[in-house]
Amino acid sequence: MELPPKVKNILLLDSEGKRVAVKYYSDDWPTNSAKEAFEKSVFTATQKTNARTEVEVTALENNIVLYKFVQDLHFFVTGGEEENELILASVLEGLFDAVTLLLRGNVDKREALDNLDLIFLCFDEIIDGGIVLETDANVIAGKAGINSADPNAPLSEQTISQALATAREHLTRSLMK
Amino acid sequence: MAQPLVKKDDDHDDELEYSPFMGIEKGAVLQEARVFNDPQVDPRRCSQVITKLLYLLNQGESFTKVEATEVFFSVTKLFQSKDTGLRRMVYLIIKELSPSSDEVIIVTSSLMKDMNSKIDMYRANAIRVLCRIIDGTLLTQIERYLKQAIVDKNPVVSSAALVSGLHLLKTNPEIVKRWSNEVQEGIQSRSALVQFHALALLHQIRQNDRLAVSKLVGSLTRGSVRSPLAQCLLIRYTSQVIRDMANHGQSGERPFYEFLESCLRHKAEMVILEAARAITELDGVTSRELTPAITVLQLFLSSPRPVLRFAAVRTLNKVAMTHPMAVTNCNIDMESLISDQNRSIATLAITTLLKTGNESSVERLMKQITNFMSDIADEFKIVVVEAIRSLCVKFPLKYRSLMTFLSNILREEGGFEYKRAIVDSIVTIIRDIPDAKESGLLHLCEFIEDCEFTYLSTQILHFLGIEGPNTSDPSKYIRYIYNRVHLENATVRAAAVSTLAKFGFMVESLKPRITVLLKRCIYDSDDEVRDRATLYLSVLGGDGTVDTDKESKDFLFGSLEVPLVNMETSLKNYEPSEEAFDINSVPKEVKSQPLAEKKAQGKKPTGLGAPPAAPASGFDGYEKLLSSIPEFTAFGKLFKSSLPVELTEAETEYAVDVVKHIFDSHVVFQYNCTNTIPEQLLERVNVIVDASEAEEFSEVTSKALNSLPYDSPGQAFVVFEKPAGVPAIGKFSNTLTFVVKEVDPSTGEAEDDGVEDEYQLEDLEVVAGDYMVKVGVSNFRNAWESLDEEDERVDEYGLGQRDSLGEAVKAVIDLLGMQTCEGTETIPLNARSHTCLLSGVYIGNVKVLVRAQFGMDSSKDIAMKLTVRAEDVSVAEAIHEIVASG
Repeated sequence: MELPPKVKNILLLDSEGKRVAVKYYSDDWPTNSAKEAFEKSVFTATQKTNARTEVEVTALENNIVLYKFVQDLHFFVTGGEEENELILASVLEGLFDAVTLLLRGNVDKREALDNLDLIFLCFDEIIDGGIVLETDANVIAGKAGINSADPNAPLSEQTISQALATAREHLTRSLMK
Repeated sequence: MAQPLVKKDDDHDDELEYSPFMGIEKGAVLQEARVFNDPQVDPRRCSQVITKLLYLLNQGESFTKVEATEVFFSVTKLFQSKDTGLRRMVYLIIKELSPSSDEVIIVTSSLMKDMNSKIDMYRANAIRVLCRIIDGTLLTQIERYLKQAIVDKNPVVSSAALVSGLHLLKTNPEIVKRWSNEVQEGIQSRSALVQFHALALLHQIRQNDRLAVSKLVGSLTRGSVRSPLAQCLLIRYTSQVIRDMANHGQSGERPFYEFLESCLRHKAEMVILEAARAITELDGVTSRELTPAITVLQLFLSSPRPVLRFAAVRTLNKVAMTHPMAVTNCNIDMESLISDQNRSIATLAITTLLKTGNESSVERLMKQITNFMSDIADEFKIVVVEAIRSLCVKFPLKYRSLMTFLSNILREEGGFEYKRAIVDSIVTIIRDIPDAKESGLLHLCEFIEDCEFTYLSTQILHFLGIEGPNTSDPSKYIRYIYNRVHLENATVRAAAVSTLAKFGFMVESLKPRITVLLKRCIYDSDDEVRDRATLYLSVLGGDGTVDTDKESKDFLFGSLEVPLVNMETSLKNYEPSEEAFDINSVPKEVKSQPLAEKKAQGKKPTGLGAPPAAPASGFDGYEKLLSSIPEFTAFGKLFKSSLPVELTEAETEYAVDVVKHIFDSHVVFQYNCTNTIPEQLLERVNVIVDASEAEEFSEVTSKALNSLPYDSPGQAFVVFEKPAGVPAIGKFSNTLTFVVKEVDPSTGEAEDDGVEDEYQLEDLEVVAGDYMVKVGVSNFRNAWESLDEEDERVDEYGLGQRDSLGEAVKAVIDLLGMQTCEGTETIPLNARSHTCLLSGVYIGNVKVLVRAQFGMDSSKDIAMKLTVRAEDVSVAEAIHEIVASG
């Protein structure tokens, strides 16, 4: 293991194990069904555990999986079995705190889906092709957040306009039913 | 066509659940993507559409080539917008779409512009995107900018360039290697992450230059690295350098150990862990080197953070495999982890304790585990069961409490894999520890009384049929077996009938009763059960001549002489006709699996499932293989088969290994040959053996391999005669001769004309250890005392200077080829003396026991006192001769 620490994937699943956002950096799971199978086994293996205060960890199929849950969101970071758990933990903590910052503390599935662009950007800023890019939550949130919308628009306005937009979409959908 | 991705569930609760992507459809989103082409770009709208596209991709939807190209082209139009948020999303989607090289051309100029932009975020991201999608020729064009970016004063830009360099190194190493100077500068950066990325890249660039890496590590270990991540990397590189130096025979004080040890006091826990792990993984680590690492890991064990506890116990678990004594200090902390909330930690703690525990602590541990078993998942239980199995082999005297434990958990709820692991363990214990047989069989009998898994029931019944008749009171198993005939499905009933027949045949006194039972089975509702019952009744009924006896014995206990796979193909090819299917027409040669599968096979656990599966390896397999060759049947019973010895380096054109089969007055060399060249077919493959350095051997015959196609191993044999019952030794040199024919790869047909060729193989030795079969005894003292003291032979030997006591012990064990007993193969770390107990059976079926006492003085000189008892004095003397000449 002379290579730099490698992250194999980052998973963000909901309370039923469905994908909210995922990113794979390794060829271990070549097809979408292989990925889904892995997500399912990770989800079931950790489902009954309490990972709400501390980052928890388990070994699964020759991988080390670090996980932390909040509300109806389950965060996972996977690395090879030789990997240093604490490096992976720092990635997970960086991700978790950055998402918390970006969602302003309301970390749940609905908020995450409403701001999915921020979540994707967050993933992009933490890991590049499996290599740790940054683990400081403030820096990650800063890089993903500032650029998320028109930099001239203040944050508060941004949320209102987003809320309006989603309300509008919601309305159209209920009318179309 | 595209399916709606988020389907509405039947569950009504879900309808309330709101999602901005509800009812999203690929077709509709692709339509929406047309807004990218609007002359007046609406950044917010476009960002939303990109998010939707990313969402679709993320959910596993795939775009066709045409769709992807279309999206890509319209996305490139968005470069005209000045909105930074939108630009950020554009970067993201370009990476996800991974355009083909002819499309890349469209965006390169835009990205190159961004690379030189004043906005740091643009520069950093443009570099990452561009490096992800370009090829070599384009890379040379932008190389200049990348080198600049590496030394950019903004750390984000610098990191982006360095990380991109790491990725590019795989495809364009010669270009990235030219950046060394800039990367070197990065290592001095004040930004922690730049330092980390620069170190990673610099090492990758130099990794093939041992000296350069060693220099790099040497200069950095003096302390200029600030980032914990970079420090972890440095530790990894340091261990690599240490390994390399050891490989190249530079002995003496271990270099850089001090650096590793100093990292144990680093303020970042990830560095401490990395260093501790590096120390535990050093080759031939001494207990003095190990101690400080174990101490920090012990502290981690009581950390409030689960990750730290997990990391520590996982590392200690590994250490326990090689240095169980070093870990015993942590046993108290480890025991408190058995009740850890995180079951992965608890399981690791348990298995570590099982490895480090001594004979006296087994009972106490088992009690703790019993409480723990009820609330862990099956896969952890399997790990525990496997640990217990190896514990039982290590401490055969403790089989009673371990067997009780296994039978208890066998009765509890559990899935198939778990139950199979338990059954496998009990079977292994029964095989290895004769005393455990009767109680183990009864446990298995009780289990099948209430077993929901047909597979396990049939396997156990089969096993009962083999082992049961040889017990002191076979009749007590009959009830269990016959119950199956009443209560189970047809498959199990049929297996039970076969088992009953085996009892009836082996135990004369039971025959009349079994016949009665079998008669009742004739009226079974299933035809297979009826057929078997009828068949066995007629076999049992023929209480006539010895001749039929032998035939029926073969029929009941003999195994199918042909590999099942071949049988299956032959049966499939057989077309119903006047001519009956002839089993002799089935080829007996084993067509092994493709190479890749071979490795996996070796790892399979031994137990119920394994033995029938591997026809050509293992003692039974060899015996069958050899007896199928008429020339060899006259040699008598096979005494021992060695493990395969490689005669070629890995990855050569032809892979050959050899198995030495020892008979009373013959030795058969089985050369397993594999042709690894797809374009060649080998014919008339033979091995020419020069036995000039093996005086007592004379070649009798050889059996060539007719044809050796690509990737389908075959065997050639050479037979030597030697004086009967004598452990003759010698050295043989081997040459592979064959005729090569070219194969047309497209048709797979070989050309008619071949060329004769030969291939030099490595030498092969027959050593004294080949005449010794590893046979364990469950109670060494009893066995020792049962042998006559008169026949004891004692002598002392100086073994010279060795690195450690363990090395000397291993050398002696390997030399004698005997089974170690009572766990005496593990040696306490800092021991200066050790006693090793060995047992085995020597050629001529002579039981041998050895007690070897080792001592080491201050200058690492090792002396050994060897006490040998054997059923035959001459054999005891022979053992001494082996040691004296070895």
